[in-house]
Amino acid sequence: MTTHDVVIIGGGPAGLSAARRLVISGIRDVVVLERETEAGGIPRHCGHTGFGLGQFLALPMTGPEYARRCVAAAGAPIRTRTTVTAIEPGGRVHVTHPETGPDVIIGRCVLLATGIRETPRSARLVSGTRPWGVMTTCALQQFVYLRNTKPVTCAVVVGTELVSFSALLTARHAGIQVAAMIEEGERIVARRPGDWIARHLLGVPVLTGTKLVAIRGRERVETIEIERQGGRETLACDGVVFTGGFQPETAILRSAHLTLDPSTGGPAIDQYFRCSDRQVFAAGNLLRPVETSGMCWAEGRIAAGNIVLALQNRLPDASYPVPVTFSEPLKYVYPQRFTIQMPVAAPPPLLRARVNRAARGRLRLLADGRELWSRWVHLLPERRITIPSDRLPTTGLQQIHVELIED
Amino acid sequence: MSYDVAIIGAGVVGCAIFRRLAMGGAKTVLIEKGADILSGASKGNSAMLHTGYDGMLDSLELACVRAGYAEYLEIHRHLNLPLLETGGLLVAWNEAEAAELPTIVEHAHRTGLADVHLVDEPELKRWEPHLAPAALAAVAIPGEHIIDPWSPPLAYVLQGIAHGGEVRRRTEVTGGERKLVGWRLATNAGPIEAGVVINAAGNYGDLVEAIARPSPFRITPRKGQFVVFDKPAARFVRSSILPVPTERTKGVMVVRTAFGNLIVGPTAEDQEDRADAAVDEAQLRVLIDQGIRKLPALADVTVTATYAGLRPATQFKDYQIAALPERNWITVAGIRSTGLTGSLGIARHVAGLYSQHFGRLRDPATPIWTPVPNLAEHLPRPYQQIGYGEVVCHCELATRAEIDAAFAGPLPAGDLGGLKRRTRCMMGRCQGFYCSARVAELAAGRLADLPVRSAA
Repeated sequence: MTTHDVVIIGGGPAGLSAARRLVISGIRDVVVLERETEAGGIPRHCGHTGFGLGQFLALPMTGPEYARRCVAAAGAPIRTRTTVTAIEPGGRVHVTHPETGPDVIIGRCVLLATGIRETPRSARLVSGTRPWGVMTTCALQQFVYLRNTKPVTCAVVVGTELVSFSALLTARHAGIQVAAMIEEGERIVARRPGDWIARHLLGVPVLTGTKLVAIRGRERVETIEIERQGGRETLACDGVVFTGGFQPETAILRSAHLTLDPSTGGPAIDQYFRCSDRQVFAAGNLLRPVETSGMCWAEGRIAAGNIVLALQNRLPDASYPVPVTFSEPLKYVYPQRFTIQMPVAAPPPLLRARVNRAARGRLRLLADGRELWSRWVHLLPERRITIPSDRLPTTGLQQIHVELIED
Repeated sequence: MSYDVAIIGAGVVGCAIFRRLAMGGAKTVLIEKGADILSGASKGNSAMLHTGYDGMLDSLELACVRAGYAEYLEIHRHLNLPLLETGGLLVAWNEAEAAELPTIVEHAHRTGLADVHLVDEPELKRWEPHLAPAALAAVAIPGEHIIDPWSPPLAYVLQGIAHGGEVRRRTEVTGGERKLVGWRLATNAGPIEAGVVINAAGNYGDLVEAIARPSPFRITPRKGQFVVFDKPAARFVRSSILPVPTERTKGVMVVRTAFGNLIVGPTAEDQEDRADAAVDEAQLRVLIDQGIRKLPALADVTVTATYAGLRPATQFKDYQIAALPERNWITVAGIRSTGLTGSLGIARHVAGLYSQHFGRLRDPATPIWTPVPNLAEHLPRPYQQIGYGEVVCHCELATRAEIDAAFAGPLPAGDLGGLKRRTRCMMGRCQGFYCSARVAELAAGRLADLPVRSAA
């Protein structure tokens, strides 16, 4: 059993960034726990470029290059192959390691930065058999970029989020043909011109308004059935890649004492990234699905700044939180509560949100029923919504509410 | 090569019979057409150790379930097989169902289960506070427990092998001809000669039976779909929540698993296809809805997996087990939903038929125990010890040591499904998001037909 100032769970961009900031701030006793053999998180197997813009003074780099840069920048010891099995009050983190077995590591503060995963086929309740060849983008990337293998030869990509285009690039890299990219909605979820790139640069048919109805095949995927324009069609393929539908990786929180927010799927936090246990903080994509690695890096840094204050007993007491509520079509808003009375010069906190369908109208921030801020917006699913909260009163507040008055 | 006995079908029933006969000294071969054991009906069930509280009086099924239950309790520690002692609560959700409960208790008493009793609403809600308010009353069945569906048959086969039995996988029986004594079975892997053939072919039972005689029964696979909820759901119930049964099925249950999940199911759908265990979105949604209606907290828990099993139902209610001495054949068919519990009892019964008609079996004075790796969450697992190599599957905490073990020994995993059933890898909430590529890498060269190529 060892005790540290800060125990960081998860060695992806958010956790590594937090480690870096803590060490720079003079917190020497920081340890990062990483369950994989290498730290770096999800970018480790995103073989394509586009990472690190605005974070490192460098041109955009590939995911693995970016992951290595993050690891090198962390500046704190990273314990790889260390699996956290439970978290208990008092900053007690139960771990296990292949060579040393179970142990307890205690942090004066604990930062959760365990990231996200995609929704697999099972949780999407897709009909049909369960043959080989059904996977998520991340699994495909690991096959291709980490293990240099080709799990299927001809795939259908389900979904059109940003990550779905990453699946296309991964398939292209491995020489996997993509029979089609399908999307239930009437337009792609990612920003245009993603579909144009898919169609014209990658030669992949993008079928919107198309639902995957069933997967067929005994040992391997043989066909899929899709529904579009009121009819059913069969597509031949030996792989189905389910993309996106991200959810926070809360495996270790499932039996913990922390409050989870069912709408984000992650732990509920206040504006200091502090969980319901004041010793525990959370940052990065664990907080919600899903943001870029760059934003996770930024959050890790801000969370670490708050942890520094917490270690100095300079963070406001969390005992009188003001809940943040919201209404449809908003899907989630976080932080889920505000600790009012802000004597410290923290960066002005932001509220972040998503909608569960396309909508336009006036987005409003209300404090005890009084409008503090509003703006006319056109909102799309999976797009980040940012609401400034610097006008929130610092005392005497009961409730914060975010709503969209639709046109 | 000639054997005393050839058993066709390595489902849980075939595996248990194999164990019993091999331990009894018969030269036994277990023939399975799949790449691994449990590739048919036995791979998808509810993993309950049934008491037989609702069993048909004087039926062979009830006798086998009782004997199987008792033997499992006797041997499970020797084979390192789990027992999650939940007990069952058969819950009435309306007045009509509540009115049936006394009859159920009375029936259970007549089967010999004296500890089955009525539970009133306050006691029910004290014991199961998360049940929906509509729960009115219940019947407690204290002995109704949970086991692991895959490890017991594996342990049975391994014990049979330790006692001299042989297993032939990827071997499909395509026909057979009578010899002077016994049979010469035609298979895709060459002929197999045996003095006695035991038909334990599950969903193919009537087709295999036709080798010996016009089958007196017809198998109509009955599909049961299940939804597996993520592990947080398991803490919402202590007991297995059972429904008041209907004429056709035991109904939809809400039960924990040895692996720490909660399952809701099964459906009961008759179908012609003997292999197509497809799930169906509409049915899965119905199951989820039923689960939430009984246990509202399930609404906030994600689904980990879905699966379907095919139960080999016949037109008869009871098991179809018979010895045909003049044909050197034993039929073991129509083992629908109680096979996991009943298997050890069935094996005893079949061993009795065998010694009565075909040859003496001895009781092994010193059985060789072949403990299997534990997969149950409430018992120690390798990740809690030193030297497990690496955690390969983070959701289920399946380790490199367990995967290596699954490829070692006399019955290594025969396909990916077999590996998953031996280790739980890729079976957790992420369904291979994190581990499938690593699992494939570890399995490369060990699983013949894993369709993963080196990238060009």
